[in-house]
Amino acid sequence: MVGIPSRHRSIFLLGGVVLLQILLLAVQIKRDSQGRLIRVWTVGAVSPFERAGAHGVSHVRDTWNHYFALQHTSRENEDLRRENGALKLEITQLQSKAGEADRLAALLKFRQTNVDVPMISARVIGGSADSASQTIYLDRGERDGIRKNMGVITPDGVVGKVIESYKDTAQVLLLTDKDSGVGAMLVESRLQGPVGGTGEPLMVMKYIPNDDNVNSGERVVTSGMDRIFPRDLPVGTIAEIKAGSPFKQLRVKPAASLERLEEVFILLTMKPLELKQESAPSSAAPTAAPSAAATNPPSPEKP
Amino acid sequence: MNDTYDIRGSELHIEVHKFRAGAIILATAFALVLQAFLPIYFPKASILDLPLLIVIYFGLSRRNPSTGLLLGMAIGILQDSLSGPTVPLGLYGIAKTIIGYLASSIGARLDTEHPAARFALTIAFFAVHQGIIALTRRLLLSQPEPWFTMHLGIAALVNAVVAVFLFMLLDRLRKPS
Repeated sequence: MVGIPSRHRSIFLLGGVVLLQILLLAVQIKRDSQGRLIRVWTVGAVSPFERAGAHGVSHVRDTWNHYFALQHTSRENEDLRRENGALKLEITQLQSKAGEADRLAALLKFRQTNVDVPMISARVIGGSADSASQTIYLDRGERDGIRKNMGVITPDGVVGKVIESYKDTAQVLLLTDKDSGVGAMLVESRLQGPVGGTGEPLMVMKYIPNDDNVNSGERVVTSGMDRIFPRDLPVGTIAEIKAGSPFKQLRVKPAASLERLEEVFILLTMKPLELKQESAPSSAAPTAAPSAAATNPPSPEKP
Repeated sequence: MNDTYDIRGSELHIEVHKFRAGAIILATAFALVLQAFLPIYFPKASILDLPLLIVIYFGLSRRNPSTGLLLGMAIGILQDSLSGPTVPLGLYGIAKTIIGYLASSIGARLDTEHPAARFALTIAFFAVHQGIIALTRRLLLSQPEPWFTMHLGIAALVNAVVAVFLFMLLDRLRKPS
């Protein structure tokens, strides 16, 4: 044995012989789940290097793919961004159409419920030019029989009244305008009092005595006393109650969504009417359009 | 040719014995055969480990670690071969290789001719041998081998007593000095 001192030869020989026999044992021993021991040891000795190699290759490949092989990524990214924008626009258009379909279905249902009430549907085509007045413009006018002081409603409730009628358009003063007012009453106590606008989102109900009991959330409906709106049309709900002298200060939240109006009905008569109310009016509740929908669509209806 | 020669290290004077031709082979074969056949007729004889005693004796007498461990390996693997399928090749081989090496190394440093020394050394080697067997079984074979039992203690004593007399017999195989 070259290079090994003679006094250590036997130790090296012992180590070699014992190692040889351990390997001999490992070749013979078979473990139930893992196979022969020599295979277990070999796999155990080699697998860390394999794992390290696989990790290294994966790291290099990731580095290459994410930092060097990006020739077409920028162009692809641009194309995808453009496609994403187009899809977003398409989704917005579809959502808008779906919302419009829901609203028209609700209007049609309301119209069919009150088929004997003379009314005409109209589309909101514009709003007030200044922020001080709460008015809208409709696509109906004198040619459609629209006259001044006619009531404007939606299935949700009262909107306002016509203050000017032109040839093909009409201007409507919303309930929330400070010059607006409607004869109203509380549903539970049947106490009557005018509801008027303040120029703010909430309206006020006047002349309700302090002694009378009013609950927050109580519904307010038209009383019919103004000879513009039929009785029992929803006006709003009591939002705030404050004691005053000698009357309560009641703030009313409008029943109709006055800031999101798109389609309305104009009542074509100023005579007292009896409207048939749905149990739970809602502009967003789509209903299956009956066959009349084809023959009596909301927009082109004539008096 | 001298029958014996001396290891002279500092003031130590220990004889290295030589044996008659074929003595080691014959003694080994005889021990293995007895080890295989005695328990058939005398079941209690299985307590003996005659191949181990042969390894110890020739290791102590020859006092050469290289030949001692090779003899131990050869005897151990032969014993494995005769032990049936439950004992894999190398189990006794490893243990007897180490015993052969230790016996040769100790024999080169101590006078092991006295019966009391042989008795004590046999007990020690038997314990080490069993320890290596248990370690190998536990680590490599995943078998629950006990480190020490009363049976092993008695076996160590019996083997040591037998060794004293067996070694005297084997001494007769030495070439006369």
